[in-house]
Amino acid sequence: MSEAVVPHTTEKRPAASPGRFRRALDSDVFYSFRRSKITMIAAGVTLLFFLVAIFASVLSVQNPFDPAQLQLMNSRISPLWTADGQSPFLLGTDEQGRDVLSAILYGLRISLLVGVLGVVLSGAIGILLGLTAGYFGGAVDGLIMRIADVQLSFPAILIALLINGIAKSVFGNKLDEMSMLAVLVFAIGLSFWVQYARTVRGSVLVEKNKDYVAAAQLIGLPAPVIMLRHVLPNTTGPILVIATINLALAIITEATLSFLGSGMPETMPSLGTLIRIGNGYLFAGEWWIVAFPGIALAALILSINLLGDWLRDALNPKLR
Amino acid sequence: MSVGRSLFAATLAGTLALALSPASSQTLRYANQGELKSLDPYTLNESTTSAHLGHVYEGLVARGKDLKIIPALAESWETPEPTRWRFHLRKGVKFHNGDPFTADDVVFSAERVRAKGSNFLSRVPADAKVVKVDDYTVDFVLSSPNPILTALWATWYIMDKKWAEANDAVAPTPAAATTPSYASLHENGTGPFTIESHQPGVKTVFKANPNWWGKPEHNLKEIVFTPIANPATRVAALLSGEVDVIEPVPVQDIERVKASPNATVLTGPELRTLFVGMDQARDELLYSNVKGKNPFKDVRVREAVYRAIDIELIKNRVMRGLSTPSALMVAPEIFPSKDFTRPKFDPDAAKKLLADAGYADGFEVTMDCPNDRYVNDAAICQAIVGMLARINIKVDLQAQPKAQYFAKVLKPGGYKTSLYMLGWTPDTLDSQNVLHDIMGCRDDPKDPNRGEANLAGYCNKQFDELADKVLVESDTAKRDLLIKQAFELSMKDWAYIPLHQQALAWGVSKKVKLTQGADNMVRLYWATMQGE
Repeated sequence: MSEAVVPHTTEKRPAASPGRFRRALDSDVFYSFRRSKITMIAAGVTLLFFLVAIFASVLSVQNPFDPAQLQLMNSRISPLWTADGQSPFLLGTDEQGRDVLSAILYGLRISLLVGVLGVVLSGAIGILLGLTAGYFGGAVDGLIMRIADVQLSFPAILIALLINGIAKSVFGNKLDEMSMLAVLVFAIGLSFWVQYARTVRGSVLVEKNKDYVAAAQLIGLPAPVIMLRHVLPNTTGPILVIATINLALAIITEATLSFLGSGMPETMPSLGTLIRIGNGYLFAGEWWIVAFPGIALAALILSINLLGDWLRDALNPKLR
Repeated sequence: MSVGRSLFAATLAGTLALALSPASSQTLRYANQGELKSLDPYTLNESTTSAHLGHVYEGLVARGKDLKIIPALAESWETPEPTRWRFHLRKGVKFHNGDPFTADDVVFSAERVRAKGSNFLSRVPADAKVVKVDDYTVDFVLSSPNPILTALWATWYIMDKKWAEANDAVAPTPAAATTPSYASLHENGTGPFTIESHQPGVKTVFKANPNWWGKPEHNLKEIVFTPIANPATRVAALLSGEVDVIEPVPVQDIERVKASPNATVLTGPELRTLFVGMDQARDELLYSNVKGKNPFKDVRVREAVYRAIDIELIKNRVMRGLSTPSALMVAPEIFPSKDFTRPKFDPDAAKKLLADAGYADGFEVTMDCPNDRYVNDAAICQAIVGMLARINIKVDLQAQPKAQYFAKVLKPGGYKTSLYMLGWTPDTLDSQNVLHDIMGCRDDPKDPNRGEANLAGYCNKQFDELADKVLVESDTAKRDLLIKQAFELSMKDWAYIPLHQQALAWGVSKKVKLTQGADNMVRLYWATMQGE
């Protein structure tokens, strides 16, 4: 237990040295990573998803977001290995002649972008509020945490739907695809901050009575500096775990919103939108339009969740 | 075999026979993609709603199986002078609450349908006088001749004056009403069915009316209506036998339903014509990057858009062959279009036209489109967006649910659109309605209802003159010539881009026999059903 939490002090840490990478490889966390095959696979899959999303424009045969590149002539082609398959459409095409593989790559890009930005936003809000509540306590703490409790009593998807609905009624039809993306990030960011706030507040309550905090207060450092520079770094473990799990949740939430038709529009589909489009063609036997985006989404969520689970165990000193 | 046993067998057979073919004992379950909100027959002028309410309410006239106008609550009528129509009402008809049907109810309904809040204002001309001659005779005195007066009346349902007055339902319920009125939750018609229970948006139960004046053609005991918005769920409900009739079957699922052992699809051409309109009224488009002028005011740009749309490709790919490309704004069943052909699809010519008009690099514009109203509406719009992109017109597509869409683009919303897709079935099943409502000039001081659905703002006075002549011309050959001239004029102006007539697709259980009308109104009072 002694090495579990190494309190940061105001003393300057040694600058990054070549030994630092070595130290990371020697760490307990990396050791447990290497010990778990499934985690390594999950990490590989997640990394792969991120890479193909980043290089989508290089890997795709067409830009599915550009209507001029969609040929209606090429609509409803089944995957390449089936009898009616046609090159270059590896996973077939949908009703608009959109290559399913390209659509998945570009859709992944949107799903991951919304997910990551949503997590960053919810993290920023949650950490800030959690730090403030924990550090100051009293009425501030009461206020913030009661708001959190109220929000926690609703499912996050409901909050996201609410924010989404309000944005739509305020901006009406002026929302283009990019602002729709921003609305989604905002909706997800505002629905998931509570867990961060509660966790950070808990850690702060433990940390703030420790001597290093008292020392920092004694030398007259202002509260924001103590909170951000001294207390926050000691809560990173739990935050990382929540962020990873929430990334999966955020992606699922975006997909759900898009599936319900209140997320990304059909002209700029995310994975959820693709599944919604494909859902209408299941009875017609055109299974590939829904199956592949569905598999991609499931694989992505599963790998991120596995990574999150492993991280939670690896960072939990009681499980070592 | 003993006497007892054969007697038993005979009894059993008799019981079985009774159980197998009892008259009027079937329950038909029907699902539509849209819901039935208000039971007030003057709230919403939409064919699906009118079709539902046509089971409980009746007009003076009705449409037969060939969609011709036939007598209903009026037994016969004549026009002693061109501006006076005399209707002889059916005797012995009772409303569902037992009130007798008389001329007073017709006079009352004629006032109510023209009152504020009604969505059927044009059913009875605003300046027409409705005069009760005796209890069973009513005169309609018009200010100008209208040979097609009754053409719109199959969906003008007659209400009970006494019942409306007793239940505070004298004023029509407006579509935007937030609190339901008595008339929007209860019915009192004369029709072959009564409504036993009505939960708006959830379920409506119709019961056969044993006291109906006519001879029922159906053998139903009740109809249970539920809205199922999701197309895949609707198809699944039909295939699993959970419902007996669905409307519509999505085009991609027609083969699947046809292949199923217990259901089939009734298909046929629909009278509705889908078309694209371009705002040519404003000096600057509401939603475009072109400022200070309106590209659609230039006839060359309108022609370019027309020529850039490959309608055959849309038919083959998006509509899976189930559409009839149209050169006219009305279906061939309404006005045969032998003399008209669609201008050729020609993207190169379109590009050149755009360049001539000064838009060689194209421009940007927003397109409004419903996504739950017509067959594959959003997919058609997406295909058009792609086709226009090829001639460098960058279209930002706004595909939205019909509630939002209609609120924005129709007259009450201020025609807020630059480019849109709409479908239209003339209620009169006659071209004049399209010439007047969709292609007539807006803001005509003499005729405020002209151009009510002319979202594009096309306006040509010469065209309006022709449309006015069509209204009063009673010689069919002369009238057809006038209609032809009007359509030719609008094509020369590249006023609208007609796309196609979509196909009807009703999913019907093999136990049910239905008559399909090209106006896409599901009339279950002609349905017969086998026993379980």
